Amino acid sequence: MSKQIQVSGLDAYYGSHKAIEDVSMTIEPRSITAFIGPSGCGKSTFLRTLNRMHEVIPGARVEGKVLLDGEDLYGSTVEPVSVRRSIGMVFQRPNPFPTMSIYENVAAGLRLNGRVSKSESDGIVEDSLKGANLWNEVKDRLNKPGAGLSGGQQQRLCIARAIAVRPQVLLMDEPCSALDPISTLAIEDLMVKLKDEYTIVIVTHNMQQAARVSDRTAFFNLDGQGKPGKVVEMDETSRMFTNPSQKATEDYITGRFG
Amino acid sequence: MTTVQHISAGRRVKDRLAQGLVYLAFALAVVPLVSVLWLVIKNGLARFDVEFLTHSMRNIGARDAGGGAYHAIIGTLEQVLLASLISVPIGLLTAIYLTEYGNGGRLSRAISFFVDVMTGVPSVVTGLFVLAFWILFLGMPFSGLAGALALSILMMPTVVRSAEEMLRLVPNDLREASYALGVAKWRTIVKVVLPTAFTGIVTGVMLAVARVAGETAPLLLTVFFTDSINNDPFSGPQMGLPLYVFDQAGRPNDTAIDRAWTGALTLILIVMLLNLVARLIAWWRSPARGR
Repeated sequence: MSKQIQVSGLDAYYGSHKAIEDVSMTIEPRSITAFIGPSGCGKSTFLRTLNRMHEVIPGARVEGKVLLDGEDLYGSTVEPVSVRRSIGMVFQRPNPFPTMSIYENVAAGLRLNGRVSKSESDGIVEDSLKGANLWNEVKDRLNKPGAGLSGGQQQRLCIARAIAVRPQVLLMDEPCSALDPISTLAIEDLMVKLKDEYTIVIVTHNMQQAARVSDRTAFFNLDGQGKPGKVVEMDETSRMFTNPSQKATEDYITGRFG
Repeated sequence: MTTVQHISAGRRVKDRLAQGLVYLAFALAVVPLVSVLWLVIKNGLARFDVEFLTHSMRNIGARDAGGGAYHAIIGTLEQVLLASLISVPIGLLTAIYLTEYGNGGRLSRAISFFVDVMTGVPSVVTGLFVLAFWILFLGMPFSGLAGALALSILMMPTVVRSAEEMLRLVPNDLREASYALGVAKWRTIVKVVLPTAFTGIVTGVMLAVARVAGETAPLLLTVFFTDSINNDPFSGPQMGLPLYVFDQAGRPNDTAIDRAWTGALTLILIVMLLNLVARLIAWWRSPARGR
């Protein structure tokens, strides 16, 4: 199920403002890749270009290539909607649909995309909630509103919702920044478990988190205010945190700036 | 060394003064409301009986007691229903265009501008427009439908504005969450955005309905008026409660004046009832239920 992503020469714009410049990298399947870097350096923007969520913002556009197992996501005949179906996303703030129950939230991707039988969706909802380590907490109240859960549970609900459509890649945009340490731990455990099946990409401001969970890390930085963000360095996480080849990476990781 | 400061006497006086002014303003706002309700109920109850609700004014002479507003109630309900059927879909679709597709482009700004202009059109002008265009130019007869057309012109801007506001309140997070699941834009609007804004949209539509239900001037020019029951809004003159009140209040005897008050009371009750139904629907669909 899990697929490799290859990015080459990617620029992303908001109107006339260039947010990231000339990003190239390979994201390996069945692994966790972490993006770190100071605020405003384009990590989230880059993450959103990977499943064509960037262009949802009015005036935003992308130049360059993103290949999912060799297939160009920005090809002229590619439908953005189908890209998002195979590359799921979890956002910074948990955003369950307020009008839907827990069950409906998880089944939302299936139901909104077409018909599924009741028994089929029952199975997928249970699997997804188990996959997100939430099943035991909510199995007795699947018909209660998803918005009634705690923040950490809501975030796991959103992960369950994202994996219910069986994507090949899961993008996570600072998924733990609004959560307490215990919920964070639960989500981190979940990520490690999910990487057996999915390609996972995570944006994080938390250096320890990147060090704990990721296999590879990319460090983003920008030369100055208003300049586009770039990838400074990308390597095995263990090497990035012990022996980075760039001075800027070392400064950032050791807390000298950012 | 004092760390805790006490509120000075001057500030306390100012606080009291501001509080008093707020209460006063509230009382001033409530006085007309209560007095209108009180007058209408007091004077309207005299004739608020079964005959009033089930009979028309057919064969009721100028000085006769009795008679009722059945024809006017039917007329008002049908006209308002037709007006809603016309203006709610158009208004809602306009609001969806403005919030979801317009992106502040030239067309959406033009639409916004004309919606604002429409809000300011006096109701009698919409009646005149329908009279001039629909009845005189196209040669259509006076009918409930003609009245509904005039009312729908009045309703549309209210529906657009309130629906637009409610759609803008739907957090962008939800749209993005839906897109990220690979859901197409139109399905996101239909299945995620509209249900989230549903309660607010219903409230907005009800306000628009309440507003047009009491309009007299556009009806005067378009549905004509009649003393008989006409169940068919598509042909022949109809009646409406505001018209009925206007007509009865202009007659010189007490029995007619009493009917006018009762007509007003009935109109208020109908609008309140519609509001109640809308509240129930909104409550039944509200996400907070069953938490």
